[in-house]
Amino acid sequence: MGLDIWMRENPLTYIWVGSYAVAFIIFAVEIAMVIHKRKITLQQVRLMREASEEE
Amino acid sequence: MKKLSLFSLLLLVIRRDLVLAMRRRADVLTTLFFFVMVVSLFPLGVGPEMDMLRKMAPGVLWVAALLASMLSLGRLFSADYLDGTLEQMLLAPQSLSVLVLGKMASHWMVSGLPLVLMTPVLGLQFDMSVEAIGVLMLSLLLGTPILSMVGAIGAALTLGLRGGGVLLSLLVLPLCIPVLIFGTGAVQAVTSGLNVSSHLSLMGALLVLALAFTPWVTAQALRISME
Amino acid sequence: MAINWFKYSAPTTFYPLAGKLIPWFAISSAILFAVGLYIGFVVAPSDATQGEFYRIIFIHVPSSIISMFLYLIMAGYAALGLIFNTRLSSMMASAIAPTGALFAFISLWTGALWGKPMWGAWWVWDARLTSELILLFLYLGFIALHASIDDPRRADRAAALLAIVGSVNVPIIYFSVKWWNTLHQGSTIKYSGTSMHIAMQQAMFTMLAACWLYAIAIALMRVRSIILEREKNTKWITELAEVK
Repeated sequence: MGLDIWMRENPLTYIWVGSYAVAFIIFAVEIAMVIHKRKITLQQVRLMREASEEE
Repeated sequence: MKKLSLFSLLLLVIRRDLVLAMRRRADVLTTLFFFVMVVSLFPLGVGPEMDMLRKMAPGVLWVAALLASMLSLGRLFSADYLDGTLEQMLLAPQSLSVLVLGKMASHWMVSGLPLVLMTPVLGLQFDMSVEAIGVLMLSLLLGTPILSMVGAIGAALTLGLRGGGVLLSLLVLPLCIPVLIFGTGAVQAVTSGLNVSSHLSLMGALLVLALAFTPWVTAQALRISME
Repeated sequence: MAINWFKYSAPTTFYPLAGKLIPWFAISSAILFAVGLYIGFVVAPSDATQGEFYRIIFIHVPSSIISMFLYLIMAGYAALGLIFNTRLSSMMASAIAPTGALFAFISLWTGALWGKPMWGAWWVWDARLTSELILLFLYLGFIALHASIDDPRRADRAAALLAIVGSVNVPIIYFSVKWWNTLHQGSTIKYSGTSMHIAMQQAMFTMLAACWLYAIAIALMRVRSIILEREKNTKWITELAEVK
């Protein structure tokens, strides 16, 4: 199998791309999602406050 | 109303649930047919080679029992929840744990026990030996009550939720994995000529643990869901 | 100096505290990741039997450990919320759950990638990997149950009960899976029997610490958003600088 051969010849690339890169992408996605959630929650709170101020 | 002892309360609940289940025979029978059908699908899917089927048999029957159990658990509390009986049970002075235990027992009698009784017929489809079928029945006999009991916790937690049945399965199936492992392990032991007692006694231990804790935990879950 | 632990158990005081702590955890985590990877890849020698492939353990082992401990911590917070009715405890449990699940996933993924060069297959039913998979299911169950219940109080309490039941089950599940694995002579993925070179140990511990700090930082960030969401009707939220 082509992948097997490539893997044995390029172990470090395999590890970097396959595991560490994936892990760091997951971390990045998680961070992005948390930041995004904070942004929209703040927006919601602002909207609510403006709505109650108009009363 | 005369004061009921805990045991007669238990019998009362079981009898009531069995009567109600008999009135809705269709529900009970469809779950049974589901079990039979799932078991029959496997040979169709993997081919009729007897050696392979014999090896797969305990696993297939156990997984089918798990799935059939998940299907019927949704009904455990929902009927009583919808008509207000469950609320009365929570308000009743009698121990909720005992009432829950009664419901678990009747659920098992209606969904677990029939599976145990159907096993010989299905085991023959897989060319299982008589000893293997015997041990399989015993493992199901010990294990299906555990499925009913642990499943009841899931049923109580997901009471009245949309997507209830699938969510219930997602929650309960991981918790039932040890039962699956010991149940199938017992049958594999007997077919390889090894001692089954360790598997079955572990299963028995899980059963005792479940009996001791799940009624109370389920009662708490019901209180949480009904607030 | 008597520390009033309960001072920070209210969302109003915890929110600003968390906000101040996050940068410290985040930056130290980033530094430790850099240091750990340096030691792991540059300083540590290649292994006698596994060559370069063993270097996956520097992410695989920490993520496994953290996913397991986070589950217990999550269940602990959830239990506190259930028993003492403290809202913030339940919020912390909800904040931890996604992070724990992601670490479990990373553990499974890196475990599979390690398995391929070692055993020739992307998945082997190794006892620990299988238990890790079940742990992922337990996390997903917690998240799904919480998400399916509209009433936040019922959601918190139901999920808490589930987490507690799950925690009690984890040793039973682990034991049964180990048993199952030995019965079927399954493969065991573990680092080779030879003792670990000192640099490998250092890399491992550094990466473990880095992941912990990351987990704390992310959980604190997430809990702040959860606090904002749940408490949005209160006065103190509307007075916050970031809302104005």
